[in-house]
Amino acid sequence: MANKAANGLLPGIISEGIPAQGTASHHSQNAKIVLRDLRQVFHLRNAEKNANEEFVALDNFSLSIGEGSFVAIVGPSGCGKSTLLDILSGLSKPKSGDIHIDGKLVTGPALDRGFVMQGYALFPWRTVIKNVEYGLVIKHIPKKQRIEICKKYIDLVGLNGFENRYPSELSGGMCQRVSIARSLAYDPKVLLMDEPFAAVDAQTRETLQDELLGIWEKTKKTIIFITHSIEEAVLLADRVVVMTARPGRIKNVLDIALPRPRRAADMRVSANYSSISHRIWEMLQNDDIPL
Amino acid sequence: MGMRDVKGNSPALRGTYGIRVNEAAWRAINALKLPKFAHTVFWWFYRSLAIVIFLLLWEISARLELANPVFLPPFSKVVLTLYKMALSGELAKHFIISAQRALTGFSMGLLVGIPAGLIIGWFSKFEYFIDPLMQIFRNLSVLALLPVFMLLFGIGEFSKIALIFWGVLWTLILNTVAGVKSIDTQLVKAARAMATPAPLLFALVILPGAMPSIVTGIRISATSSVLVLLAAEMLGANRGLGFAIHYYEGQVRIPQMYGMIVVLAILGLLISYSLIALEKHVFRWRQKVGVGE
Repeated sequence: MANKAANGLLPGIISEGIPAQGTASHHSQNAKIVLRDLRQVFHLRNAEKNANEEFVALDNFSLSIGEGSFVAIVGPSGCGKSTLLDILSGLSKPKSGDIHIDGKLVTGPALDRGFVMQGYALFPWRTVIKNVEYGLVIKHIPKKQRIEICKKYIDLVGLNGFENRYPSELSGGMCQRVSIARSLAYDPKVLLMDEPFAAVDAQTRETLQDELLGIWEKTKKTIIFITHSIEEAVLLADRVVVMTARPGRIKNVLDIALPRPRRAADMRVSANYSSISHRIWEMLQNDDIPL
Repeated sequence: MGMRDVKGNSPALRGTYGIRVNEAAWRAINALKLPKFAHTVFWWFYRSLAIVIFLLLWEISARLELANPVFLPPFSKVVLTLYKMALSGELAKHFIISAQRALTGFSMGLLVGIPAGLIIGWFSKFEYFIDPLMQIFRNLSVLALLPVFMLLFGIGEFSKIALIFWGVLWTLILNTVAGVKSIDTQLVKAARAMATPAPLLFALVILPGAMPSIVTGIRISATSSVLVLLAAEMLGANRGLGFAIHYYEGQVRIPQMYGMIVVLAILGLLISYSLIALEKHVFRWRQKVGVGE
């Protein structure tokens, strides 16, 4: 690489490398989220051998995430990205290891985390405003306040005037905005996003990426964003976690220092952006996946 | 992002509803640019035209004595007889008891069947265990069980209501179970991620998610409840529409018999239309998409 800096890193990358194991909780007193030695194993039925086989979906996964930071996780399919998010959301329990958010152990789902899923998962029988309201109902917020809050977040995602539409009347991009508004409405500390823009067209995706960055700057949420698009990860995140598959492990962690505010359109012509993306691409290429 | 993102609003989509002949007729009516009141009258006229033609054919063929006039009285005579029966209270006597039986049996079926279906559908392992038995009960004709119910519960009100209850129960349960199983797992996942407690999960996600299938179950079982009611009343009752049809036939009071059949037809129509209204209400969230239309 021609434009490598003196410290051997590409411009725009502050640090690169796997954080030392077991030290994650030490060097991060003010970390918002601490994941320690996560391991997840699934039992698969092998019909030929007539026996249960172990499948290690996630192994030795430690990471600390600072308050208000934007972390993107990239990796090949089957590297345990979604498994990780299921554990983070509290929907499934890890085989071993644990997660602390603000020093509190995660034991199950709670409204301190918002979950935005790839398929939007909007309730089709609820209007936009009713969908956004859902978490507030669970939180026992009084009706008058609920409507106020919903209006605020519908405004934030730019869906004014669509409050009383049903999801079936909206485009994919609009549905994902509703989904984001629903997750933000109950004011979680952390936003977990599982390939949220994978199902929309390229143009809408760029708009949504820009909007998400704007929302992040306004709301100061900690965001953990899963994607299989390297460019998307570099565009959005402060920190990119590169994973390998089988077992799902951290291959590398890169701290990205591209200047903010970032915009998708500007990034595409940025040389630093391209070389960082390429660097990650190389990392994933070298990943010898045992088949 | 503008209005063009909203699906289902294009005139091309709207045009796919209905049959062509209907469309042509509506275009003709719309072209007249009638005031709203006249338009409504026209609508009702058009909607009932087929029935009116059928009744006219009945009237004419009876008057021309195309069939034995004793066995096919003209429609006007049937209406007159029905009017007299209404005045004498004979109609109400049969109608009210039938409605009571059907409604009691049916609502008990709803009260038991839908919660049972929601729970059975949720616990998939139990569902796998109980499904074969439920399939047998559903597919076994209720009419075959009629003597069993009479032997066990006598010939009073209870056995008739129990028979209707049984007749609607399995369809309601199985449709509710199918509805629960058809719920998008992503929706349940989203609800769980938002820490939804179990009772709210049922009320806010499982029940509305299963609703399309439940409504289908209600429609099927409403039709079969009338059938079961008639059979039960024909075989062991001294009041009710089913009894009356059978009784007047035996007495060779044929206009009265037809009168009861007409009442049944109206009842069937009312049930059918109120269920369509229910369906429209339940499905208002997917009306505009036009899926399956």
